[in-house]
Amino acid sequence: MRMRVHGLLAGAALLAGIASVRAAGPATSPPATEYAPVQAIFTAKCVRCHGPEKQKNGLRLDTRGAVLEGGIDGPAIVPGKSAESRLVRQILGENKPRMPYKEPPLEAGEIAAIRAWIDAGAPGPAEAKVAAEAPVQKHWAYVKPVRPEIPAVKLSAWVKTPIDAFVLARLEQEGLAPSPEATRETLLRRVTLDLTGLPPTPAEIDAFVADTSADAYEKVVDRLLASPHYGERWARPWLDLARYADTNGYEKDRRRTGWKWRDWVITAFNADMPFREFTIEQIAGDMLKDAGPDQRIAAGFHRNTLLNQEGGIDVEEARWETLVDRVNTTATVWLGTTLACAQCHNHKFDPFSQKDYYRMLAFFDNAEYRVEGEGPKVMDKWIVEPELELATPAQAARKKSIEEEIARVQSRLDATTPALAAAQAAWERERTAPPPVWTPLRPTAARSAGGATLAVAEDGSVTASGPNPERDTYTLAARLPAAPVTAFRIDALADPPRGTPGRGDYGAFAVTRLVVEAAPAGGRLRAVPLARAEADSDANAAALLDRDPETGWRGSDPDHSYAAVIQPQAAVAGDRVVIALEHQGKQPRYNLRHFRLSVTSSPHPWGGLGLPEKVQAIVATPRSQRTEAQRKELADYYRGIAPARERDRQRLRELRKEMVALAIPTAMTLRERPAGERPSTPLRVRGAFTSPGDRVYAAVPAALHPLPENAMPNRLGLALWLVDENNPLTPRVTVNRIWEQYFGRGLVETSEDFGIQGDRPSHPELLDWLATELLSQGTRLKPIHRLIVLSATYRQSSRFTPELLGRDPYNRLLARGPRFRVEAEMVRDIALAASGLLSGKVGGPSVFPFQPEGIWDNPYSDDRWQLSDGEDRYRRAVYTFARRTAPYPGLTVFDAPSREFCTARRVRTNTPLQALTTLNDPVFFEAARALAARTLKEAAAAPEERAALAFRLCTARRPKPPELAPLLSFEERQLARFRADPEAARAVAGAGAPGEAAELAAWTMVANVLLNLDETLTKE
Amino acid sequence: MKDERGRELLKGVTRRHFFRQTGFGIGVAALANLLREDLFLPSAHAAGPFEPRAPHFAPRAKSIIYLFMAGAPSQVDLLDHKPKLSELNGTNAPEDIFKGERFAFIRGTPRLLGSPYRFARHGQSGAEVSELLPHLATIVDDVAILRSVHTTQFNHAPAQIFMNTGHQIVGRPSLGSWLTYGLGSESADLPGFVVLLSGENQPDGGKSCWGSGFLPSVYQGVEFRSKGDPVLFLRNPDGVRPEDRRASLDAVNELNRTHLEEQGDPEIHTRIASYEMAYRMQTSVPELMGIAKEPPAMHELYGTEPGQRSFANNCLLARRLIERGVRFVQLYHRGWDHHGTNSRDDIVNRLPSLCRETDRAAAALVKDLKQRGLLDSTLVVWGGEFGRTPMNEERNGSKFLGRDHHPRAFTIWMAGGGIKPGVTVGTTDDLGYNAVEDAVDVHDVHATVLHLMGIEHTKLTYRFQGRDFRLTDVTGNLIEKLIG
Repeated sequence: MRMRVHGLLAGAALLAGIASVRAAGPATSPPATEYAPVQAIFTAKCVRCHGPEKQKNGLRLDTRGAVLEGGIDGPAIVPGKSAESRLVRQILGENKPRMPYKEPPLEAGEIAAIRAWIDAGAPGPAEAKVAAEAPVQKHWAYVKPVRPEIPAVKLSAWVKTPIDAFVLARLEQEGLAPSPEATRETLLRRVTLDLTGLPPTPAEIDAFVADTSADAYEKVVDRLLASPHYGERWARPWLDLARYADTNGYEKDRRRTGWKWRDWVITAFNADMPFREFTIEQIAGDMLKDAGPDQRIAAGFHRNTLLNQEGGIDVEEARWETLVDRVNTTATVWLGTTLACAQCHNHKFDPFSQKDYYRMLAFFDNAEYRVEGEGPKVMDKWIVEPELELATPAQAARKKSIEEEIARVQSRLDATTPALAAAQAAWERERTAPPPVWTPLRPTAARSAGGATLAVAEDGSVTASGPNPERDTYTLAARLPAAPVTAFRIDALADPPRGTPGRGDYGAFAVTRLVVEAAPAGGRLRAVPLARAEADSDANAAALLDRDPETGWRGSDPDHSYAAVIQPQAAVAGDRVVIALEHQGKQPRYNLRHFRLSVTSSPHPWGGLGLPEKVQAIVATPRSQRTEAQRKELADYYRGIAPARERDRQRLRELRKEMVALAIPTAMTLRERPAGERPSTPLRVRGAFTSPGDRVYAAVPAALHPLPENAMPNRLGLALWLVDENNPLTPRVTVNRIWEQYFGRGLVETSEDFGIQGDRPSHPELLDWLATELLSQGTRLKPIHRLIVLSATYRQSSRFTPELLGRDPYNRLLARGPRFRVEAEMVRDIALAASGLLSGKVGGPSVFPFQPEGIWDNPYSDDRWQLSDGEDRYRRAVYTFARRTAPYPGLTVFDAPSREFCTARRVRTNTPLQALTTLNDPVFFEAARALAARTLKEAAAAPEERAALAFRLCTARRPKPPELAPLLSFEERQLARFRADPEAARAVAGAGAPGEAAELAAWTMVANVLLNLDETLTKE
Repeated sequence: MKDERGRELLKGVTRRHFFRQTGFGIGVAALANLLREDLFLPSAHAAGPFEPRAPHFAPRAKSIIYLFMAGAPSQVDLLDHKPKLSELNGTNAPEDIFKGERFAFIRGTPRLLGSPYRFARHGQSGAEVSELLPHLATIVDDVAILRSVHTTQFNHAPAQIFMNTGHQIVGRPSLGSWLTYGLGSESADLPGFVVLLSGENQPDGGKSCWGSGFLPSVYQGVEFRSKGDPVLFLRNPDGVRPEDRRASLDAVNELNRTHLEEQGDPEIHTRIASYEMAYRMQTSVPELMGIAKEPPAMHELYGTEPGQRSFANNCLLARRLIERGVRFVQLYHRGWDHHGTNSRDDIVNRLPSLCRETDRAAAALVKDLKQRGLLDSTLVVWGGEFGRTPMNEERNGSKFLGRDHHPRAFTIWMAGGGIKPGVTVGTTDDLGYNAVEDAVDVHDVHATVLHLMGIEHTKLTYRFQGRDFRLTDVTGNLIEKLIG
């Protein structure tokens, strides 16, 4: 980074050191008379203005030929005479302007390297001696890999797989020797973590250590490759690439159902589906002939994009953002290419034009979608793309029977009968009768269960203020008038312009149940059975009387007053009444704000109640003058509220609920619109959605291989193109990413960028050999994994010798085995596995393990983290519910991404917040407790035996005496302390701990230490 | 040379330093080969990526307190006085200004809404401030008001993310991340970038507002929570006393050291150091949060009530954080989104109450920093993610007065840290609709803030996906009139 170079680490010696690490591998400064390092300087500092994109002054500096050719002012250099070379004079500032223009000058070391090269006669590879107008030599990554010869090595006995020959050849060239093989315990833990993401069990360790057969290790590898946990572990990097999460992202960040796709990935890895099919099905599984559910689920890969549902969003723009993400993700995942750079302008370094970008985008622009939702109150529109319903046979059968019953009940509800017509006529008379006299009740007591303040005014009306809980019940007591009560009335009152009837969003309210109790003078309260409820504008008010908290009486206009009338089964003659108004529904805080209760003794309580405007108009029209449409509308309305049909309506609600409760899993997928012509899209000027330019048609970038002959120019064709044998990038990118997981760095360190600005491979031949091997294995991945883990390279001890640390601190030469902190998911899984808490369940909906309060605070969502039950609390981290705006803290702290965008390479940090997590997070402390309990149960009673087992469960090896001693003395002191403080012992050991709490507490502290060892958190 | 490589090397530097400090023998010779000791700045800490680092040039400010008013305060009611708008109150907005404009909620022809609040000039500088901000009015001579900021985003989440990261889509590092990445932190016991929340909830942009994007995650803002533990898992489990934790960490460290001798991986040192920092934070964070011990005069000044979740408490905490060497403190106070759909989001009731929640403490912070001699080295920034329309929103015919989102002109202010005190920079048109003089965009603000911190904004870069990224993307000009 430039800043530190200038400010802190300014020093040419150090810079030269860094440059050598980067360009050619550690410790060997490339001789300055070679062209490659000079070109690297030009590429980094000059090509932006003097390259394929721009040729300021006609000069290009992207090939040696071009440098020799020069620009408008003539040759840039004079071979052999650096002092006379125009280029040198300008980088020195002797000629103005000093180059690079308006940028910091080149470092002294860089200038020296360029001068040395020129003074040596500007040597270079013969093929680079091309005229500037000849085709520019292709960047290595855009040339199809050719299977290299396996190099000869001196120490051939060390070589176990061809990988080793490539690695060793380089080591021998550097004068380095490989490290000895790791111990059996270390190797077993390493390979078990790498292939399954879990540590080995003591039994597995014992078996491997005891197995003296020549193929003992191979047997282990084959066992692990066949484990169902292999797919879980290798799904993880793919989920990062695919930006898989369980919510839509952005402000609202609603839930989505994507886990079927996640399980598809795990299953595909476990089945070793060839990467070819794996790719085709995820890019265009829906377009395959005879595509089944699995292929359609797979096509959900590109449904993992964010989805913007914020108010006021332009839905077309929201969709466009998803398309952009689909292009960028495809380019990163399969091509290792930063195509995203070409969204706004031609790529500055790589051979991709802005048109190329939109041609790629066109492939995705023909997928089906629709726009849904337009609320009158809040702008609320969003993009909907296709979903699959994936019912089990039992679910499908039940669904069918529910649907049939719904149809039956619905037709009963819709039926017109003479009895109903008569009831309707009677109802119309009731509703048009003169209003009765309503006597307001003046509550003598008004109480809110949720802590709201209920103030009773002179006129009997009640106003709620103060706390407004999500759900509340108001209970009001009042004296009844002398005359028997034939009906109750609730008025929800608006007091414009400030006061709304309710306290919910925009002043809305919902009363989900009404309960009335009455008592005679001096008598006990008894429930008053209620017969009928109707409201002035809500046809569902009858649901006030049922127990279903999701139904009831609602109102949503902030400036409108609402009324409901409730009739008891028999007139209530009493002295006092207690009325409960419940809001227990889903919509949070929809409590009443201002309301009044009244009673009447009139036998005709329904008059003057009012009806929805349209219905009111019909009722007011004499029967004979009503149009057919009006008659129908009124009949429809009445059927919706007819007491005689309430039972059917209730049944319908139950059935619909049951349908939801069936929880038939869904999956997101893509579906292509029938295309009459080649998919196309407008180019966007400067990448802005609002500036459409020329229309471009789906096509692959011109600089890469062409669409295969059998491929149509559509999404399926794109998929076939990605896996075409002529694709120079995908096989390299794929094996490199696998390599990265094992060794902590890819052979190409910038695994997301194989372009000109990316790193050069440390072992180019090895990379190409692996890439061609992938193809010759029919693109199956397990053989590649097997090759890597069986290699002598992989099996080396990871010990750092002072020599290696000095020469190759990042282990790019691979003279030792990998050693680095395990990824976030493994940190959790190791703790759960060591403690025995881990559930082995594979697949299924995402789960909710313990998470501290307050993580899911989101102003635009009342979604809550609901702790899972039973074993679902202890599932592998890959199943943890992933919410994009509030990711699981135990994973993010260890650098897991939020999954908002494609992540090819995670950063790896070690921070104090991580230490606090593994020390104090209840998840990890519970694991410590369980590990302690397991140890006490499974080990012999001697403290050394216990410590040894617990240590082994964490690190796979036995502690050495200098490791055992501090553990035992710590345990001893903790035991003494807990014996002296039984309360602390119980707190640490947990409630209901069997046996002596002090012992379990002391061992819990020991287990807590062991789970925090560097070795436990590290793949060694 | 790559940024990442520099960072890796820096880690090495720190490790090396740690080796020397703690006297571990392994690897010293090897590392000395790689990294020449005389190249290192002396440092008192072994905090790894937060090692203090020298800026590009002499900085004006050492630390920043950013008071982020999430939801977007109304500039025309607070800091951008528009008499003409009041004159035209209730008339239709001229079509040419809103034609083709995308609003979040306004539909049809909107009507102009003059501010119902009085403005007056204050201080020597005569800066115009609304009656809603009486406390700010007392410090205007220490403040620079910038009335001509514009942004490209008109929805909260993308606009907040833009204001914080220079890009509207999540995934880029935030200002605080860039700063701690570039400058490290002066605090050994606390994170370098701390976020404090008050008001209605999290900002709409969520944690992405203080995310580290593609920078290593150590640089993301650490949100001190206002309920429960201020830092997650700071508290030992029940029954575990500090001395037990100390003893267990001694055991962890001893075993790690034993293993280090065998293994030689310098990363084990980093882990030992981070466990020690974690232990120190267990003490330093509660001590920091203990504002109850501040003298009564302080509580009187800020309006703090210990134990409450409030902006005032967070302002006081911000000062305490800066005193302890933290580089960047960001306060979010959410609730400024005054559309006028009801009495709880209008400019008649709600805007004054938001001002009451924040004005006194924000002014107190500046006064307090000044009286402690910290204002010169601390830059205080106040502002939201966009402005509000000079038009009444009247969503669905609402009778409440309110304003829609307005990206074209809004006002922020800064104090201390090398700004020119007492100036008002930038002018909007008569209606406050467009910035017409000294218009600046978000990147210009960022460039200026970085400049005050001693950073040349074009040079603070990070290589990601083949490109050198920076906070100011490909633009950014210094706002010279703002710089003292």
